[in-house]
Amino acid sequence: MPNNLPKTDVVIIGLGAAGGVATLPLTNAGLKVIGLEAGGWLSPRDFAPDEVRNGSRNWPQSVQKAANEAPTVRASENSTAQQGGHPMMNAVGGTTMHYWAQSWRLNPWDFKVVSETKRRYGADRIPLDSTVEDWPFGYEELEPFYDKVEYAVGISGQAGNVQGNINTSGNIFEGERQREYPMQPLRASPFTDLMGDAARSLGWNPFQGPAAIASELYDGRPPCQYHGFCGKGGCHVEAKSSTAVTTIPKAVATGNLDVVTYARVINIVTDNDGKVTGVDYVKGSETFFQPADVVLLSSYAYENVRLLLLSKSRAFPNGLSNNAGQVGRHYLSHHQGAPVTALFPSDLHNWYGLPAQGVGIDEWADDNFDHAHLNFIGGANLWAHTDRKPMSAARMGTFGETRNWGSDWKAFIMQNADRTNSSYIQKTTLPYENNYLDLDPVIKDTFGLPVTRITAKYGENEKRIAAYAQDKMEQWYLEAGAIKVVKSGLGNTMGASTHAYGGTRMGIDSQTNVVDSWGFSHEAPNLGILGASVMGTSGARNPTLTVQALSWRTAEYLVNNWRSIVS
Amino acid sequence: MTKNYKDEKPVNPSRRDLLKSAGLVGAAVVGTGTASNVIAADSAMVDQSNLIAAREALEVLTAEEADTLEAVCDCLIPSDANGPGAKEARAVHYIDRALASHNASSRYNYTIGVSALNDYCRATKKKPFYELIKDQQNSVLLALQSNKISGFSPSGSGFFNLVRRHTIDGTFSDPYYGGNKNFVGWDMLSYPGVRLGASESDVAKGANLEPNHRSVYEIDTYTKSGANNAEGGGHA
Repeated sequence: MPNNLPKTDVVIIGLGAAGGVATLPLTNAGLKVIGLEAGGWLSPRDFAPDEVRNGSRNWPQSVQKAANEAPTVRASENSTAQQGGHPMMNAVGGTTMHYWAQSWRLNPWDFKVVSETKRRYGADRIPLDSTVEDWPFGYEELEPFYDKVEYAVGISGQAGNVQGNINTSGNIFEGERQREYPMQPLRASPFTDLMGDAARSLGWNPFQGPAAIASELYDGRPPCQYHGFCGKGGCHVEAKSSTAVTTIPKAVATGNLDVVTYARVINIVTDNDGKVTGVDYVKGSETFFQPADVVLLSSYAYENVRLLLLSKSRAFPNGLSNNAGQVGRHYLSHHQGAPVTALFPSDLHNWYGLPAQGVGIDEWADDNFDHAHLNFIGGANLWAHTDRKPMSAARMGTFGETRNWGSDWKAFIMQNADRTNSSYIQKTTLPYENNYLDLDPVIKDTFGLPVTRITAKYGENEKRIAAYAQDKMEQWYLEAGAIKVVKSGLGNTMGASTHAYGGTRMGIDSQTNVVDSWGFSHEAPNLGILGASVMGTSGARNPTLTVQALSWRTAEYLVNNWRSIVS
Repeated sequence: MTKNYKDEKPVNPSRRDLLKSAGLVGAAVVGTGTASNVIAADSAMVDQSNLIAAREALEVLTAEEADTLEAVCDCLIPSDANGPGAKEARAVHYIDRALASHNASSRYNYTIGVSALNDYCRATKKKPFYELIKDQQNSVLLALQSNKISGFSPSGSGFFNLVRRHTIDGTFSDPYYGGNKNFVGWDMLSYPGVRLGASESDVAKGANLEPNHRSVYEIDTYTKSGANNAEGGGHA
């Protein structure tokens, strides 16, 4: 029998990007919150700028809960799923400790893919096997929460549309925002200037992208030092606006948040009426039952689905909140790749750049361009960023100029180490009938519980976007003076990704969605779900800011409707 | 790691300036007569100041495995007219230590791979890999890379790619891990070194920024107890 703990108002499973943000509105309202986190507290001293530690040794992610339950992956039901690595980490702050910190709002079109496509091009343009739906609300509904998170967490960026006033220094395609970002964008660099000038000469509108990185002193945290070890590395000066240094410490300071570290939740408990009553978790060699009036599930997309499917009960024999069979459906991810790499004739000065320091192009994203004569819907954000390290520089492709070892190769990398750039093109990705998450029938974690299985591959729509975007990226690089450009594969299997969406989709229809338009379960009314697992579309950009805006909105709804939700 | 890199003299810190004055760094064509002369002179200085009298103690590899890998590494990233390579960087020392720690899962691939490589050389050329002349070694590695030699785990090309990856890691990683000795790897790429901050003018200098020749683990933030260090990470 587990050790029974005193009841609390709210238990949050996972204190990462989503749960970490939700702690603040809840505790500010006086609710007593217990945050169960599978990792521990880390400090700037844990993140030495060391390429081996971050990459080869995989220090932030190795020997963690997530690593023990990495999903298995297969393209379709015809193959056996293989287990790979897990892209996320466990810590207070979760993967906001080591992410690239690009912090976009979705564009208005992303909320209305179905209705806008029908209106402009006709219903037959939506791929037949796609399960895509409009969101239950539009961009305007989420705008106030984007704004709250941008200021609470600390986002730097250049606005393109403040109350209808268009500023061409920012993204002119973004939805209308009520005010500027709280901080100016990260600084430009010789390379971002080069790419920005090239984009303008093509008639495009380049802009510096938004980042959860302080560009100036913000809320007591120093600005970015541009040492450039953001990728799989935590910030050495806490300029990165991880929830571990922003919302979570503030929530702790209210006295209403207890953080329990190294707690692995194994079951969400429900009563016979279908209400959740708390969670079972393991810490060390002991199991605890933490009762709560409300449970907020905010691990990662793979673990949200997994924990629901593992939490079987009399009320939910197929897994919690899964009586309609929707848990695990509508999965999609930004795992596609399809990168474009360029070789320039002179040094780019990128040794001290970071992934979020870059210029974006939104002309070819979403529905910002006419698709009438194209054979796909959606598009891609083009992103040219600074970031280079010596080991990865030495691993560069050789553009067919030399074999990849020996004296000629050595001369090649000596000359070209600082002359290549690889683009990172994020694309609209749709959910499909045959893409889903479930429990692997064979592979288990260290507790003997099955891991998540991904069954998913990219559709023709995604591959056509990728090919189209690669041509645009090539055009951009060549305009900037690149002498060689290589375009890589368009993607097939939709593997485990840091941008995983769906599995507990949000929507009005309880037969096709797991949570309602506020993020609460259609079937278990005091269970809320946070994270990109509730998102039904991806947009062509990073998910974290949208995840955080949704979390804030769900938390605020809980505060404002506490009595009806817990009764 | 008890080694104190502060006590070690960097390899000829003016190398980069010599290369620049010879028009090599940033030039489209390498190996002009002038540049070669400078490099040759420079390499001679490097060799004299950096002779490898004895190998480091081995953690995991056998002596013959280490001999073999020394020769493989010297083919992959050769010590040549363009300066020192994987041998001077002590990539094999890195590989040996990494096989005892974060690359431990590759130990068996090395056991099988090195013996298969030497078996092949003994069968076809009557000598182990490390006793062949350089041209023969390069031919064998080409055959290995194109999967024409059997007996490897998981395959010849797989073993080649594994050793290549680890040789790059050992040559270009932080010297803390036992390779990139005297920063020869970072100098090879004109990488000015890990810094806790880079100003706009630092970035503007590009390859002209003076290399700092410092392991990140010389920085107090990552080695000393207590959070209040002056340099980096001082924010509590």
